[in-house]
Amino acid sequence: MTRGEVLAAASGAASAAESTAFWVLAVLAVAAALGMILARRAVHCAVLLAVVMLSLAVLYALQGAPFLAFVQVIVYTGAVLMLFLFVLMIVGVSSADSLVETIKGQRMAAGLAGIGLLVLLSLVVGHAALASGGAASASYGPSNMNGLATLIFTRYVFPFEATSALLITAALGAMVLAHRERTSPKPTQRSMSKLRMAGSHPAPLPGPGTYARHNAVDMPSLLPDGSNAGNSVSPVIAARRAGLAQGGTGPAEGEGQSTTTGREDARS
Amino acid sequence: MSPGHFVALAVILFVIGAVGVLVRRNAMVVFMCVELMLNAVNLAFVAFARMHGALDGQVIAFFVMVVAAAEVVVGLAILMSIFRTRQSASVDDPNLLKY
Repeated sequence: MTRGEVLAAASGAASAAESTAFWVLAVLAVAAALGMILARRAVHCAVLLAVVMLSLAVLYALQGAPFLAFVQVIVYTGAVLMLFLFVLMIVGVSSADSLVETIKGQRMAAGLAGIGLLVLLSLVVGHAALASGGAASASYGPSNMNGLATLIFTRYVFPFEATSALLITAALGAMVLAHRERTSPKPTQRSMSKLRMAGSHPAPLPGPGTYARHNAVDMPSLLPDGSNAGNSVSPVIAARRAGLAQGGTGPAEGEGQSTTTGREDARS
Repeated sequence: MSPGHFVALAVILFVIGAVGVLVRRNAMVVFMCVELMLNAVNLAFVAFARMHGALDGQVIAFFVMVVAAAEVVVGLAILMSIFRTRQSASVDDPNLLKY
């Protein structure tokens, strides 16, 4: 076997591995992207987007762009998606899209527009001359980082400086937009205790679960006459239970029944 | 693998992102779909850079990532302030600029 044959066999094996990785990652990315636009909960969308981004990072590494692969993992999956998840925590994790169409026929029109866009872009790509595997310059491989650094700091130095200005502006804008002006003076300990004395219940509220069957936080404590002390459960939890019961889910109904039985047990 | 395969994958991901932007009504998910479109374009840039054997496409993809990060920061801040005043993350609700 000559040296040329060995090289050809090695490159054939490499391209076979590359095509295997491509097909696995392409199917994974498309499936995750489809799941992202179909999933109702925003958190599921974020996780599926992370799958898409990680598979794209591996695809970058496959195409001789290790720097971009790592930036993709660090910046996109690490920073941007974490920011998304933080804001989701603030906006509400369980906020699901309603399935009611507000504009009649919007989904149909959007699907048709998507198919049209797909056909248009496929025609453009199909007509373009995409030569296979151009001359691999020395910038590919180990010196990819050096080549990128040279390009960024010579030919693209002005856009690079402009992006630094853009990032500073974005950080300032986020601070201004997320800042909340305090419209009332900050409550002090004195004013808060005055407020408590002015109210009808100066003592601490009863804790949940006292004299009830369980001491869970959503179990109202029982008054001497056996009725529920409504103010013993945090209003947030009470609202959540009410929302669950409105949704008609099974567990909320079961919990409600256990509450009543617990009360009867405590009574007897 | 020819660059055509990568560009075809980028086209599919871009179209999925565009349909998501049109269909979804949660502003967060709309943002995620925009991110998906930007990522698809990045994939096409990297494929073209490899096709030409030059690194310019990779530099452009890098700049796209930086701009996308800035866009996400400002967009999520706007979203948070809207949520704070309106208690809603749906893109149907903010209509103050409409009339």
